Amino acid sequence: MTFELLVFYVFAAILVFAATMVITRRNPVHSALFLVLAFFTSAGIWLMAEAEFLAIVLVLVYVGAVMVLFLFVVMMLDIEVAALKAGFIRYLPVGLLIALLMAFEIFLVVGPANFGLEQFPAPAPHPADYNNTAELGRVLYTVYMYPFEVAAVILLVGIIAAIGLTLRKRPQTKYQNPSLQVRVKKGTDRIRVVKMEAED
Amino acid sequence: MIALSDYLILGAILFSLSLAGIFLNRKNVIILLMCVELMLLAVNMNFVAFSHFHGDTVGQVFVFFILTVAAAEAAIGLAILVVLFRNRRTIDVEDLDTLKG
Repeated sequence: MTFELLVFYVFAAILVFAATMVITRRNPVHSALFLVLAFFTSAGIWLMAEAEFLAIVLVLVYVGAVMVLFLFVVMMLDIEVAALKAGFIRYLPVGLLIALLMAFEIFLVVGPANFGLEQFPAPAPHPADYNNTAELGRVLYTVYMYPFEVAAVILLVGIIAAIGLTLRKRPQTKYQNPSLQVRVKKGTDRIRVVKMEAED
Repeated sequence: MIALSDYLILGAILFSLSLAGIFLNRKNVIILLMCVELMLLAVNMNFVAFSHFHGDTVGQVFVFFILTVAAAEAAIGLAILVVLFRNRRTIDVEDLDTLKG
């Protein structure tokens, strides 16, 4: 067993462990943190598959943005954890059965018999001056320019939808409007100048 | 050497685990969203593996687009979740039966 294979198996074991923890933990905060571990480990595996740019993007976008958003929401909502876990034991057998069945079916299709090293020999590693980011950018900005712009529009729609959904106006809140305060005139508005004798 | 089937089986295990998670946590919307993210990760793993073994960067471009869509989906899903909790004070899926579906 080569060192590369050993590292791959260790990372795969950590990834499967983290995924199991995500779906079995009682506390959603723990689930979110184990999901962070899963994303980090997959980034390591993608590095081994020579997808360096995507590995970094996975850490930046998922761990840095999406999972922080998840943690934010989990901690903001005051949820009752015990009630949400009520059906866990009841659905455990059927869930496990379907998961095992599906894993077995996929294994029959993509197992070593069909996608092993004989059918797909390991590709030669890229030379040291190979730049995955430049290669990806070259394809992305030429052939896939239009889908790339559509992706940008999707992100914009995501921003607007998220803000539009969660923004709320509170009519009962009292606040000052400095612009209106400055523009108050004497006579017509609420200011009345009173003339009176000086008192001694 | 790492075979292509190793990556694919890892992706299959991840996908099945997240499917089991959807069954087990069918009350908690947050965990359901996390399971969907795990599923997308499993699919991305397959794309990256095939891209590596075919020597073709187009698979990685596709992963890039999946990541974009997944980020937008997570943001909108969590926003819906926040609005839901604000109105109903619960995120239990079984309480969401207003439409009588």
